[in-house]
Amino acid sequence: MTAANQAIGRPGGPKPSLKGHGSRGSILADRAATTVLWGTGALVLLILGSIILHFALAAWGVVSPSFLLSDPSGEALGGVLPILWNSIYMLALTMLIAVPIGILGGIYMAEYAGENVVTSAIRFAEESISSVPSIVVGLFGLILFVDDFHMGFTALGGALALTFFNLPLMTRLSEQALRAVPQDERSASLALGATKWQTIQHVVVPLAIPGLITGVILTAGRVFGEAAVLLFTAGVGTPPHYNFLNFDLTSPASPWSPFRSATTLSVYIWKLNSEGLGAFKNQIVDGSAAILISMVLIFNLGARLIGRVLTRRLTAA
Amino acid sequence: MSTGEEMPTTATYPEPVLRRVEVTTSSVAEETAVRSDEVKIAAEHVSISYGEKVAVRDVSLTVQDRSIMALIGPSGSGKSTLLRCFNRMNDLIPGASVQGKVRLDGENVTDPDVSVVELRRRVGMVFQRPNPFPMSIYENVAYGPRRRGMNEKRKLEELVETSLKRAALWDEVKDDLRRKSGLALSGGQQQRLCIARVLATDPEVILMDEPASALDPVSTLRIEELMRELREAYTIVIVTHNMQQAARVSDVTAFFTMAEDRAGYLVEVGPTGRIFTRPNERLTEDYISGRFG
Repeated sequence: MTAANQAIGRPGGPKPSLKGHGSRGSILADRAATTVLWGTGALVLLILGSIILHFALAAWGVVSPSFLLSDPSGEALGGVLPILWNSIYMLALTMLIAVPIGILGGIYMAEYAGENVVTSAIRFAEESISSVPSIVVGLFGLILFVDDFHMGFTALGGALALTFFNLPLMTRLSEQALRAVPQDERSASLALGATKWQTIQHVVVPLAIPGLITGVILTAGRVFGEAAVLLFTAGVGTPPHYNFLNFDLTSPASPWSPFRSATTLSVYIWKLNSEGLGAFKNQIVDGSAAILISMVLIFNLGARLIGRVLTRRLTAA
Repeated sequence: MSTGEEMPTTATYPEPVLRRVEVTTSSVAEETAVRSDEVKIAAEHVSISYGEKVAVRDVSLTVQDRSIMALIGPSGSGKSTLLRCFNRMNDLIPGASVQGKVRLDGENVTDPDVSVVELRRRVGMVFQRPNPFPMSIYENVAYGPRRRGMNEKRKLEELVETSLKRAALWDEVKDDLRRKSGLALSGGQQQRLCIARVLATDPEVILMDEPASALDPVSTLRIEELMRELREAYTIVIVTHNMQQAARVSDVTAFFTMAEDRAGYLVEVGPTGRIFTRPNERLTEDYISGRFG
């Protein structure tokens, strides 16, 4: 080797080994970065894991079919059926209002609106409302729906207040999901003689579904978890026994009616924990928390699943 | 497809230059190298600008029906911009404006009253990067017809089959039309799928914007073969940076370059054989012989 190397002016002698090449500092920095980044990821999992574990243990022996399916009781453990029902009901009602408006708003912002004063104002509003404390949004709902509109504490008022709270986020996330669809796909569709709306309907929205689902999940999480907004709008009382066969939507006694007060699990937990009495208070709180966590997990997984099916449907037929 | 002239196979392509047109002293013979006298597309004093910047200045040329015109020239000479003006894809770019007229069968397509949807059905486009939708092969081809309200299953199936056959892709994909995503195909197959997708909308003109620049040589030759076949029924305008490709496939070549102010303009246009052997302009000769661009 030496002869050849010297011929081109390269110093002879042993070549450095391939093992352990590179400066010591850069190797250390690389390892440190890997460790820190890995650690952050592990931390996220650890937090979720310990929350689940804590409430799974705390709720052990509390959550049972009868806990899920019976009414609250003053003396015994009772159950959380009407409150659980209200959580699901509020979620459905809010999503029914917020998701279509949010997606349509996102379509407008991503596909139609130009960059001008109006869109900057909309973006500014989106960001501002998203960072207004939820208790303030609740207060606004109280003044608007409960007082000004004389609606009293209603599920509808709560859902509308939650929509105020969530719409900016839903719109922004939808816009981002739609913008992430490559321009190539739009060009391909338009060049085939599809109209702009057909392109949005058949190419852009189907391809944006995973991102749109993320928006739905984050919005839903805020509905499940929100207590402050609902305290002032949907009410705090312990719900009465619900007759699920009463489908009269105008009757305040019907669990299907949006015109009744609707205490959700989050509000119930807050209420019991801060002012609740009774021997079973802690068990009920732990049980409710476990149910809430399970609902969030089930909803997230379900939403991803539905998203996948929807994508397949929309891009196939 | 029997065309009365030799369809060279992939393996035996002759040297690119001089493939079609005999070099004669008679310029009359050269000017009739294209077979139809019917003008399909006529650009009349077309200038295109993006905001302040002029991209194309005062281009006039005609494309004969059922012929292939190649637009060649260095990057920035405005060939793609001109191409995109034929199906009004430039409309999508904010600030783009077109002066002059582009006639399709005599009708000015830059007229604001023209329906771009109808125009794009008649003037299809194949892009540089193969861009099938992330849908099944079948749905990719059925996309255009469906958007025009064709929902009858039998008709659609027939159309998908004939389109894929014309794009020389049928045999390779017929067994998993509905199962396989368009994206699961190879690059060359994807581009033929994109061509099939255009054919399904029954266009008269097909615009191709460097359709083979992202493909390997074998796939490139297949696309070129396909273009020669399609020429029997369609008018094709292709932008290419590959001069052998222009020489191999086109009947007429238009050479563009940039002026000092960076605006693209047309240097000369003529039968491909003449452009590649005896161009009138020094600029063309420099470009095709590799001295410039």
